[in-house]
Amino acid sequence: MSADRVSYTLDSTLETVNNAEETAGRMAAEAGFDEEEIMKISMAVREAAVNAVLHGNAYDPSKKVTLAFERTAHDLVIVIRDQGNGLDASKIPDPLAPDNLMKTSGRGIFLIRSFMDVVEIHPSQTGTELRMIKHVHGNPADSKEAPQ
Amino acid sequence: MSMKSSTRQVDGVTIVDLSGRITLGEGSVVLRDTVRDLLSKGQKKILLNLGDVNYIDSSGIGELVSAFTTAKNQGGELKLLNLTKKVHDLLQITKLYTVFDVKEDEAAAVKSFTK
Repeated sequence: MSADRVSYTLDSTLETVNNAEETAGRMAAEAGFDEEEIMKISMAVREAAVNAVLHGNAYDPSKKVTLAFERTAHDLVIVIRDQGNGLDASKIPDPLAPDNLMKTSGRGIFLIRSFMDVVEIHPSQTGTELRMIKHVHGNPADSKEAPQ
Repeated sequence: MSMKSSTRQVDGVTIVDLSGRITLGEGSVVLRDTVRDLLSKGQKKILLNLGDVNYIDSSGIGELVSAFTTAKNQGGELKLLNLTKKVHDLLQITKLYTVFDVKEDEAAAVKSFTK
């Protein structure tokens, strides 16, 4: 089976966030997703890029964000990496908990998990890799949360 | 597309007509500055018309929460009007739909503010 793969190395800027979102929308459209799914995929990538630029690389101009899209027969696989200190997903508060509902931040990872079929967060001392998968022919039975 | 904001007064209520995207960066800043400016002028009955807001991200959601809380803490009221399906769905999945006072009819929304 052949696969189409493309990757980008991007600066830690707001422009990167917008570019990542636009590119994700284009890739999702090319993969045949409908308008609603395209919106979800591009928004998940936007949120992932925000995390990478702001929380991972902290706008550090010496640090880069890499964004990769791989299209297989069944999936659109998106991987975004930063060069920050590593995101500990276990420490992210549940934004739906009553005490957190009115917080002004902390919903990015939640939205990514809501919009994508599989989400894996791999932190290390050299940065965080966020891997997201959307099934091209979505079968709800296939949807699962990957272990972190 | 960036966000645009304009305000008008109807029966003591300030209606803020927003259009574009409320996202990290300019869109969120415009919303924040607009609400803070209104509250500083004593205009504490605020109706955010989101009918032409076609996109909002987690940062924008955070700004809506901040605007709601800031208005409330200053003795004001902030309500939302004309949510698009995208914004409606986002507020549903983040469980914020029932937190905000969401209206669909402008005249009824204006009347709903405390006199």
